Amino acid sequence: MGDIASLVLRRLGLGIVTLLVVSILIFFAVELLPGDIAQAVLGQSATEETVAALRDKMGLDRPAPIRYLEWLGGAVQGDFGVSLVSGDRVSETIIPRFKNTLFLAAYAAVIAVPLSIILGIIVALLRNTIADRVANVLSLTAISSPEFFLGYILILYFSVRTNYFPALASIRDDMSFLELLHRTFLPALTMVLVVTAHMMRMTRAAIINLLASPYIEMARLKGASPWTVIVKHALPNAWAPIINVVALNLAYLVTGVVLVEVVFVYPGIGQLLVDAVSKRDFPIVQACCLIFAATFILLNLAADVGAILTNPRLRHPK
Amino acid sequence: MKNEKDVLLEIRGLRIEGYSDETWVEIVHGVDLTLHRGEVLGLIGESGAGKSTIGLAAMGFARDGCRISGGTVDFDGLELTTTSESDLRALRGSRIAYVAQSAAASFNPAHRIIDQHTEAPLHYRLQSRMEAQEDAMQLYERLRLPNPTEIGFRYPHQVSGGQLQRAMTAMAMACRPDLIIFDEPTTALDVTTQIEVLAAIRDIVDQFNTAAIYITHDLAVVAQMADTIKVLLKGDEVEEASTERMLKAPEDDYTKSLWAVRSFKRKQKSRPKGKDAVPVVSVQDIDAAYGPTKVLEDVSFDIYPGMTVAVVGESGSGKSTTARCITGLLPPTKGEILFAGETLPASYKDRTKDQLRQAQMIYQMADTALNPKVKISEIIGRPAQFYSGLSGTELKSRVDELLDLIELEPSQYYNRYPPELSGGQKQRIGIARALAAEPSFIICDEVTSALDQLVAEGILRLLDRLQAELGLAYMFITHDLATVRSIADEVVVMQAGKVVEQGPKDQMFKPPHHPYTDLLLSSVPEMDPDWLTNLLEERGTDNIGEAASNQGNV
Repeated sequence: MGDIASLVLRRLGLGIVTLLVVSILIFFAVELLPGDIAQAVLGQSATEETVAALRDKMGLDRPAPIRYLEWLGGAVQGDFGVSLVSGDRVSETIIPRFKNTLFLAAYAAVIAVPLSIILGIIVALLRNTIADRVANVLSLTAISSPEFFLGYILILYFSVRTNYFPALASIRDDMSFLELLHRTFLPALTMVLVVTAHMMRMTRAAIINLLASPYIEMARLKGASPWTVIVKHALPNAWAPIINVVALNLAYLVTGVVLVEVVFVYPGIGQLLVDAVSKRDFPIVQACCLIFAATFILLNLAADVGAILTNPRLRHPK
Repeated sequence: MKNEKDVLLEIRGLRIEGYSDETWVEIVHGVDLTLHRGEVLGLIGESGAGKSTIGLAAMGFARDGCRISGGTVDFDGLELTTTSESDLRALRGSRIAYVAQSAAASFNPAHRIIDQHTEAPLHYRLQSRMEAQEDAMQLYERLRLPNPTEIGFRYPHQVSGGQLQRAMTAMAMACRPDLIIFDEPTTALDVTTQIEVLAAIRDIVDQFNTAAIYITHDLAVVAQMADTIKVLLKGDEVEEASTERMLKAPEDDYTKSLWAVRSFKRKQKSRPKGKDAVPVVSVQDIDAAYGPTKVLEDVSFDIYPGMTVAVVGESGSGKSTTARCITGLLPPTKGEILFAGETLPASYKDRTKDQLRQAQMIYQMADTALNPKVKISEIIGRPAQFYSGLSGTELKSRVDELLDLIELEPSQYYNRYPPELSGGQKQRIGIARALAAEPSFIICDEVTSALDQLVAEGILRLLDRLQAELGLAYMFITHDLATVRSIADEVVVMQAGKVVEQGPKDQMFKPPHHPYTDLLLSSVPEMDPDWLTNLLEERGTDNIGEAASNQGNV
């Protein structure tokens, strides 16, 4: 198990380096955007004098590398600065939004992960039958439809025509948990549709890959039923690829919500990011992107650790 | 005595089809088979003879891409070809059990051995978990597995191959079946380990009076195990007779030819004498390691021009590693390699083109050693081009010459691809590729072990002819002592990374031996039905196989 601890430490170290590189890329990418923030903030009241004054106040006339280092100096101490537009602290702006995003992602994951693994096992069992082909076509359709399209279709059928669920997922702090689940059901369902197909197909492929193994034939020759063969003999050896694709999709649930949040006007981090980019609000953009990057790094690390923990050869050394 | 009531399995006119190239092709053409209770039937034949397919059909099972297309399989009054899948399942594991070729691959890596053992008895509700585990431990003990109470709680990768094969035999016994199909259960094992498994299987089959079908391509092995032997060729029965009769007086020409394989022997050559006789390759005191693990220690031997030196030993004894050191793929950590009296640079990267040309290799798996997407003419032509700088018509005539040398008609093979060839033909292409460089020394790494006996003999004869014509020196890596007997001039015996004995072949096959050489030699099954019995008496049952091999270590 000492190997796992050292793997985790090494990968966390690498993760920090990755985050640093990401922050540099984001900073200079925002710099490259046309127009400038003073003009964007002032809007119609922008005259030459007011813009110059604001630029001076924000320190925008100093060279970019210096401003980056200033930001970095604050960031390593946990201070991500203040929003250039609203003047609020970045952490105060982002944390409640991030909580909302995590809530939505968790909502979708709790449905999608068990559902896709169970469906994957079932279609592996029914491989090369009509049911398998139908599932194949449906999952390909779900994968290839963009989320915003799925979102609008769901709105059309579940809120416009039938009024089962609200079209806008606006939430307040004083809502009960059940009401919260009801309000955010459509965006969560959209996400479920998008990620389930991918995870289901990977589960099916990982299991079918193993069915030609001698130990699977052995299980069948011991009289095991098709269900036992797949669940007891194939699945335990298929976890590594399944865990990997699950982790990838969980990361997507956190980072890929931008469009879904916009469609359902859900107050998550994705919508915040879109607003911040349009207003060149660098500190917010930077913090959002770092959160996304960290999500990917941590989930990938979790997938690798999970793959090790489910491999009996690594779990029980000679 | 046997009478009609004792018949357990009766197969009549069995036909099996396999799906290939989008059509169904018949691979078993109407085979009959009768097995009585407590009887052991040996099915023998080359690969493609349909042995395993028939064995599985006796369980009413056809692999994916195969189907039983005709005939009847009557198991104790039940017609398996028309029985429903769920009724067949109820039979498998409980009344008919299967022991696979590679236990290492056939045990599920994700579960403990004992959990896999108890799966069938628990599934059929024959025993409680505790009872089933208790029974498993007793079977482990009977099969002479070390630590019978503990070994089952390990995972398959924590147990050696020979032990796993015995654990699998125990697993087959879990429900005390009437019939066990043994599908080449010792083919993947070293000779010393094979004995243990054979003894264990025979012991337990006798004890429970279980009927068995024993599938193998090794005549000497089947002679120890079977009461009756059936010879198969390409899905047809050749002949069937009691083991004794089959060994003494085979009737069919094909059976006789199987027996004759082991008769190929070549006259032994001795080292050239005189002062100017220099070994073509001289391995001097080399050590080698993979990372921190030391795998070779003080290995030395000489190979003289025109001679064949066989390097023998169990898997893991360092035979192939020595070859890697000679070719420069793995630079030794100590010692050096002389080529015709001159020191070779340790790594192949530092060797000249001419030094590289002089030593070539032929590999065990011709399948994976030839690029399937490259034409034969190019596979052979490339080394000729690289080392000799030939091109155009010169190159073509050289390739034709090489194909002639390996007895393949150039016009027929020039433009073909490796997947279109048989195993033996592929191995011949491998030989031609080695010859294309005009080497003086060739390393043959288990070149015949993946081939059937008849084909293997053809390759051995070819190598022998080439040696006589071209004066090549061979380093012949093998674990098959029958091959050594037929073509070696000198023998080097390796164990655990060390050379334990070396010398001319005739001396090596005569006592006195090093204890390990003796163990290896006496472990090779002989064509005598009483060989195993006599050997076990001689060695004592506690002193066979791995146990004896470990003693050799001390």
